[in-house]
Amino acid sequence: MTTLDNSRAHELGGGHGHHEGSYLTPKGGFWTTVWDWATTVDHKKIGVMYMVAVLFMFFLGGLAALAVRTELLDPVRTVTVQATDAAGKPMVGADGKPVMKTVIEGQTLARWFSKGGGEATSIDYGNQLYNRAFTLHGAIMVFMVIIPSIPASLGNFFIPLMLGAKDVAFPRLNLLSWYVYVTGSIFAVASILIGGVDTGWTFYTPYSTTTDAEHANVVLMVLGAFILGFSSILTGLNFIVTVHKLRAPGMGWFDMPLFIWAMYSTSIIQVLATPVIGITLLLLVFERMFKIGIFDPSLGGDPVLYQHFFWFYSHPVVYVMILPAFGVISEIIPVHSHKKIFGYRAIAFASLGVALVSFLVWGHHMFASSGELGATVFSALTFLVAIPTAVKVFNWIATLYKGSIALTTPMLYALMFLFLFSIGGLTGLPLGALATDLHLHDSYFVVAHFHYVMMGGTIITFVAGLHHWWPKMFGKMYNQFWANVGAWLVFIGFNLTFFTQFFLGTQGMPRRYASYVQEYHTLHVWSTVGSYILLVGFLVHLFVFIHSLVAGRKAPANPWGGLTLEWEAESPPIEHNFAHEPIVTHGPYDFETTVPPHWNPKDYPLPHLPANAH
Amino acid sequence: MTTLDTRSNPLGADVHGQSPGWKKYLPGHHWRTADEEFDACTLGFWLFLATEVLLFAGLFVGYTILRYKFPQAFTNGSSYLDWRWGTLNTVVLLLSSYTMAASIRAFQLDRQKQGKILLSATFIFGLVFLLIKFTFEYTPKLSGWFIAFDPALPHYAALVDGEALWGLFKHVEGYGGKAPGQFFSYAFSEDPWEPLWWSIYYCATGIHALHVIIGMTLIAWCFRRAVLYKAYGPSHYTMVENTGLYWHLVDLIWIFLFPLLYLIH
Repeated sequence: MTTLDNSRAHELGGGHGHHEGSYLTPKGGFWTTVWDWATTVDHKKIGVMYMVAVLFMFFLGGLAALAVRTELLDPVRTVTVQATDAAGKPMVGADGKPVMKTVIEGQTLARWFSKGGGEATSIDYGNQLYNRAFTLHGAIMVFMVIIPSIPASLGNFFIPLMLGAKDVAFPRLNLLSWYVYVTGSIFAVASILIGGVDTGWTFYTPYSTTTDAEHANVVLMVLGAFILGFSSILTGLNFIVTVHKLRAPGMGWFDMPLFIWAMYSTSIIQVLATPVIGITLLLLVFERMFKIGIFDPSLGGDPVLYQHFFWFYSHPVVYVMILPAFGVISEIIPVHSHKKIFGYRAIAFASLGVALVSFLVWGHHMFASSGELGATVFSALTFLVAIPTAVKVFNWIATLYKGSIALTTPMLYALMFLFLFSIGGLTGLPLGALATDLHLHDSYFVVAHFHYVMMGGTIITFVAGLHHWWPKMFGKMYNQFWANVGAWLVFIGFNLTFFTQFFLGTQGMPRRYASYVQEYHTLHVWSTVGSYILLVGFLVHLFVFIHSLVAGRKAPANPWGGLTLEWEAESPPIEHNFAHEPIVTHGPYDFETTVPPHWNPKDYPLPHLPANAH
Repeated sequence: MTTLDTRSNPLGADVHGQSPGWKKYLPGHHWRTADEEFDACTLGFWLFLATEVLLFAGLFVGYTILRYKFPQAFTNGSSYLDWRWGTLNTVVLLLSSYTMAASIRAFQLDRQKQGKILLSATFIFGLVFLLIKFTFEYTPKLSGWFIAFDPALPHYAALVDGEALWGLFKHVEGYGGKAPGQFFSYAFSEDPWEPLWWSIYYCATGIHALHVIIGMTLIAWCFRRAVLYKAYGPSHYTMVENTGLYWHLVDLIWIFLFPLLYLIH
């Protein structure tokens, strides 16, 4: 892969002439193949297994979200209506006056789940179902979807490929972390099956120490999160060592793709923050089982200590969720606009900067429960986050400027990300400022804000990354038209769902309530309709992917013209990634001076190349 | 990476005609050389140790906050601990750290027998630590059965006067309630928040004891590999070295726990 070696560019389109099969080639019969996958230490297979597991959990968490939105279509209320007899006729008393009775309306979940589908009998029952649904949604989406989404699936698959390595540093540890992830998820799902948890995903004490005291639900869910933490630590540790020790010859730190920088920063946070939540959740389990009292005020403990512990992990983890997304965007934008990324070092250091600042701002989740001085300091520190983040956003936009932009599905998603993430980021400012936060905290404004960042940032980018790397992972192209239709549906549905919630929040709708006053009804209905459109959008994507696997056109090795090392490999890559160990001779984004590997003029033209390069 | 050059080390010579495991060791297929693999394993293990430190950091922060809030409960609770047992355990762990380090050195010099003896010594020291912990510290506090001459007993003098010589163990009424949290039921407790002290005490020492057990398991595994196929030698000793690192961390955490729990007034 020497720079400007256009004599090889054509012949490479057909592949290298080695005899090793792709990593997807079955090793034998059905059960042999299953066993091969279950015991594989190949980072690519583990990445795919993570992808499948994460997408399944995304489906579960999505169902819970739809349940929450459906419940909110109609506010829970008690109304007095005329009673009816068995035949359905209105009942009239002996005095000629209609017989009145009180009924509960609007409890959709309670109607679904109560036996016989009759009308809901108790407000409490419906509210508890609602609490369980949103806890389920939050816990699954945070711990089992967003945190492992990009790092564990795309990261596992592409970090070694991008570094020019054969595998991650510790392949068996990698497989172990997948099994640990599945074990943790099984704990969580078991907790749901035996009744679910209604503590909120944050497991705040005393909710988490007092609810369902006689059941094991909460313990199972908390243990699930504890176990998932191990998976996260092991993956992060593996990636840090991989980046340090397995870079291809010629690849210095500043020759690494920015995705690697982002994953490196993510891994640092994972390794440093996750143990703290580990001990916290363990103490929480002890608290429930042995009543040790460390977080229980009636025994002298301190529930705010729990909050500090929780957010000392969970705030940095917000950047575990978003930094990989930054990395994916930093890949997609230069590749699909065929232009060198603007401010490479600024983006790389901004990733590290975000990782550093992330450890200093946990207190902004606790403005209401911490003292005035602490709140002020944390508020001031919070604004620091905006600096590296804004550096990145401006750099991406500057990259687009005068690029030759191809509106492929990944690029479309990347542009949507810029739009959605900017809204998410900017609405974080009024939440970080003390005066406005007093009005907005624990309202739908917060809900909207973190969905714009978490979903508009991470999930949208995860889908973008899947579309960007799908041809490489499975060797098949997908139908761009329908993928774009799905993208637009997701975009419209997302904005409809969550932009309305900014208004709800500023008008005073508190989060986590099953009911609301009539004034909020219209916006809630729009929001719910939006969530259904989101569902349709994701289903379109699912069908596009299935269609691609079944009937997709064979993907070229480098469909978009990327310069990073994964595009040197076959699509799908061979078992050991590269036929020969690659040697890095150009930067990851030197589009002006490099013919992309495996370039085929039928796939896309080469923009901006100096005349002598052709 | 290696502290010794294997080619110049005559001790690496094979005496039994069968080449030892450490000589046959090949690095994983994705590594260029065994040295790179060793460096990566060491880096990974140090990162793992960092996570362990942060895990205990949570407990230390909890300790600090609660002790700041209830200093009396902590000094009062601590007075039921016997600093002698604590000191003895500290010495045991320090000795075990020495034998561990010496064992790694022995394997690096291909002194297989010495290495194995030192490795078993480390294991035995770990076992002694746990025995002291469970027999002389946890059991009396939970059940009220004290070893008769335990000077930790506030009523030691009375005991010695009376029935101390009657048996090795002595049940003391009212002392069996030193369980953590709500299950703490010691009737003569001087401080209402003392259960919190016991919670911290059991969580910290319990999680530490769990780490001792994990460390001993690793040591036993190293020992097994050393016995079965001489897995460690001058050019390959990754696992025994990292087990040593882990064991030193376990020791180090105890060095912090000991004064914080036993030596406060």
